Amino acid sequence: MNALRRHRALERIWGPRPGWRGKLTTVNNNDIGLMFLFLAVTFFVIGGILAMLIRAQLATPRSVFMGPDIYNQVFTMHGVIMMFLFAIPLFEGLTVYLLPKMLGTRDLAFPRLSAFGFWCYAFGGSLLIFALLAGIAPDSGWFMYPPLSSTLGSPGINPDFWLLGITFVEISAISASVEIVVTVLLYRAPGMSLDKLPIFAWYMLIVAVMILTGFPPLILGSILLELERAFGMPFFQVDAGGDSLLWQHLFWLFGHPEVYIIFLPAAGVISTVLPVMARTTLLGYGWIVAAAISLGVLSFGIWVHHMYATGIPHMGLAFFSAASTLVAVPTGVQIFAWIGTLWKGRPEMHMPMLWILSFFATFVMGGLTGVMVAVVPFDWQSHDTYFVVAHLHYVLVGGFVFPMLAGLYYWLPHFTGRKRFFKLGKTAFWLVFFGFHGTFLLLHWAGLLGMRRRIDHIENGSGWELINLLASISGFVMAIGFALVLIDVVVNAVVAVRGRRNPWHAGTLEWAMPAPSASYNIASIPEVRSRNPLYDDPELPVRIARGEGYLGDPSSGLREILTVEIASGRPSSLVIFPTNTALPIVMAFVTGGLFVGMLIKAYWLVPLSILGVTALAVWWAWSLGSRRDQEPQPVGHGLVLPLASEAKRPPGWWGSLFLLIANGVFFGSLLFGYAFLWTVAPNWPPPAWLKPDLTGPLLALGGATLSWRGIRVADRGLRRNGGPWLGLLLSLAGSVALASAAVTIFMRTTHDAHAYDATLWVIAGYVLFHATIVGLMTVFLALRAAAGYLSARRIGEARVVRLWTDYAVVTALLGLGAAWLPGVLT
Amino acid sequence: MLAGATAIFLLVLVLLLLAFRRGGGPSGSEADARRERVWIQGLGLGFSLTVLAALTAYGLYVGERLLPRPGPDVVTVRAEGRQWAWSFGYADAPGRSTENILHIPAGRPVDVEITSADVIHSFWVPRLAGKLDAIPGHVNVLRIEADAPGDYAGVGAEFNGRDYTKHRFTVRAHDEAAWNAFLQEEMQ
Repeated sequence: MNALRRHRALERIWGPRPGWRGKLTTVNNNDIGLMFLFLAVTFFVIGGILAMLIRAQLATPRSVFMGPDIYNQVFTMHGVIMMFLFAIPLFEGLTVYLLPKMLGTRDLAFPRLSAFGFWCYAFGGSLLIFALLAGIAPDSGWFMYPPLSSTLGSPGINPDFWLLGITFVEISAISASVEIVVTVLLYRAPGMSLDKLPIFAWYMLIVAVMILTGFPPLILGSILLELERAFGMPFFQVDAGGDSLLWQHLFWLFGHPEVYIIFLPAAGVISTVLPVMARTTLLGYGWIVAAAISLGVLSFGIWVHHMYATGIPHMGLAFFSAASTLVAVPTGVQIFAWIGTLWKGRPEMHMPMLWILSFFATFVMGGLTGVMVAVVPFDWQSHDTYFVVAHLHYVLVGGFVFPMLAGLYYWLPHFTGRKRFFKLGKTAFWLVFFGFHGTFLLLHWAGLLGMRRRIDHIENGSGWELINLLASISGFVMAIGFALVLIDVVVNAVVAVRGRRNPWHAGTLEWAMPAPSASYNIASIPEVRSRNPLYDDPELPVRIARGEGYLGDPSSGLREILTVEIASGRPSSLVIFPTNTALPIVMAFVTGGLFVGMLIKAYWLVPLSILGVTALAVWWAWSLGSRRDQEPQPVGHGLVLPLASEAKRPPGWWGSLFLLIANGVFFGSLLFGYAFLWTVAPNWPPPAWLKPDLTGPLLALGGATLSWRGIRVADRGLRRNGGPWLGLLLSLAGSVALASAAVTIFMRTTHDAHAYDATLWVIAGYVLFHATIVGLMTVFLALRAAAGYLSARRIGEARVVRLWTDYAVVTALLGLGAAWLPGVLT
Repeated sequence: MLAGATAIFLLVLVLLLLAFRRGGGPSGSEADARRERVWIQGLGLGFSLTVLAALTAYGLYVGERLLPRPGPDVVTVRAEGRQWAWSFGYADAPGRSTENILHIPAGRPVDVEITSADVIHSFWVPRLAGKLDAIPGHVNVLRIEADAPGDYAGVGAEFNGRDYTKHRFTVRAHDEAAWNAFLQEEMQ
């Protein structure tokens, strides 16, 4: 079989269906990645137009261009769109597209999940854009502090769009992260041990773990605030035992890691692009990985620095101030490692390098002003002024947009297969660069002169008029620059001449693929021996195309892919991926029913949607697996590997594990919220504690024991080729008992009586929800066993259910215990 | 702080530019190990840690001095924010309240007990002190002191809805005689 026929055969297997239907049913990482990128850029344009409206309003004193009602929506949506609908999806899209190629594999770990994530993002984002066009967009700031964002300050529907739309979009962030983590850990070219991982993959692994631990507090906060708004459960209302500070803690527990979640992918791009531009390799690979990890860890310890002005106790301030400056150290390590790399090599001036240099100039200034605002007395003055506005734009534009543009110009030949021909890019660069600094450099000064953020007009005689006029003019220059970048990219993508495969002489595997990318990414999977496989063997692309690696034989007609052992990178199993399906888009659409039902207060839609999602999830999971044990399969080079469906820990198990880690953070945040209200909120203790009778605790303990034992008895039954039936029945009875224990709490409290009661309802709801899921999973497992999908070797699904069961049992005992504890103590 | 920041910024820029002036240095693992010592351990870790430690210590020292400490001549007043006005009360004149003008004695430390009647606000008189939030159900204490009698402009500095831009107030500092007069009689 020659390279061209192999290409056609693989393309038939991995490609999307023809026509527009192909876009709706595709699960391929190339399509999904491009769709993410395209949509993210669309949102960037919308967010940019809003920014221009803001600058138009502030260009002259006492502008009557927009009234406060419109202006408040505009600046809120500018922040919301740029943070949630542009930045995160952009790097997700880039990663979805590039990661499998860099790792030398054919797709991401869970292709249908990528598609589902994309459609959730598209639908959730559309909700917000609809609100914007209808003039009912969120208007209480992107940070949505209650009580302003609650029914007291915003009785209208505006904040609901934020709470529901953003939570809908977060589903895509969580699913993409699970996907990225499992892909980096399991799906790599053989031989690519963790110390040979492309540096970008390291960064994205860290970012994905940060999303899994950083987003749950925000999702919890959004759910609590929506429950308060919809059903009067007073989590943030001080009169009924709530506390608005709880929102700020939950929000910034997410919000500060978020800054690094946005910066680290950009740092990953720089660490990839900069050495190639300097014709050398990265200096201090190990140091950079260590710096990125410590940045990730430290970023969770400094959320309070957004709350210096809220009256945090003084000792707390000292701790958080020290931690906030400490976080600059790993950033410094990376910056100097990059400069050292430039010194080590012979840097060349191409478009990517130009954007990287502008990153240095801009981001370093943003970092330095960041260190200034980390100093508490300085922050008390500059907080909520344009100094902070300028600082955050230096960090986010300098630290994210500029590196991403470097990446764009770097990977453009890879995306298009063309040589950059029209040189509009350089003009665009200078317009953006001078436009940006012209806008924001002087705004530092306006902030120090006392110009507050979010004011809807400036006054004559305030002393800020000239600064704002200059900023507005520069802002429009920058906007023209960005428009030129877009034109440059489109023109070069469509009409430029075909170019060479690896124009930058890079060493990572994505440059070993055909450009533009084939749907299967890599025709055969090579053995990798270093961090830059293309430097070891410049002939590698040809050998890959000739099918000289693993899985070079497409004759099975299936989507075949390899997993490896996590640390060593030795090949461990063969996976057959699902093919194109409309399931993800249908599932996202039905999920949307839940959010729309809450939004327009058509609550009947919510249970309907949940039923629909459940049915689709069963369909989703049912379509995998096999009804008979199979022998290990040949994958080339004489190697035979077992199928992943016969592994004790199949990829789905790992996916569940990381999803449950995110879930555990969510649960931990809930318990934190409970403890916070108990110790800090003013109107505590509540009028009455819930005193449990014996029924609830007995049900909980009995249910926990039954579930825990039952799933293990079922496991043993399967391994000994007996039936799993007794064990599954016990486990199911356990879930029913756990669910009943949770229901006793609903029966003995009133959901809106006090923040205490409301919190108990959420805890009980959480336990009930997980007991139900695990019950359904147990029934599903029984059906699968009856249909012959389980055996002593095909035990992976049972292990997945065991993981969820154990999680449900532990959280039920902790949650219900915490709910009953105060009643027992008093 | 500004001078230090500028110096560091220039240092980074100069190092960047110098990288372009030289041809590549020696290669090999020994040369790389030396580079890691210079660039990463020396500049990345050593330099960053030193600068940041000094800055943090300075910040904590200054912050400590700004703390409200009890003293014999401290005056206590109360500020309550609401959409879109401020009400002020006076410990030395119970029952007295003023709208949008806070009266204080000049030259004496004043503790402002800040709270809110509805959403979150922030109390900020740029010339007298940093800002502190007014949070429903909580009371935050801010120490301010006006050196000379006169009017000081204040603003609400936390976004609070439609008329946020107009959420302003004035702090009026009196000399001792005027302050006593204010406390004793109606002087709005």
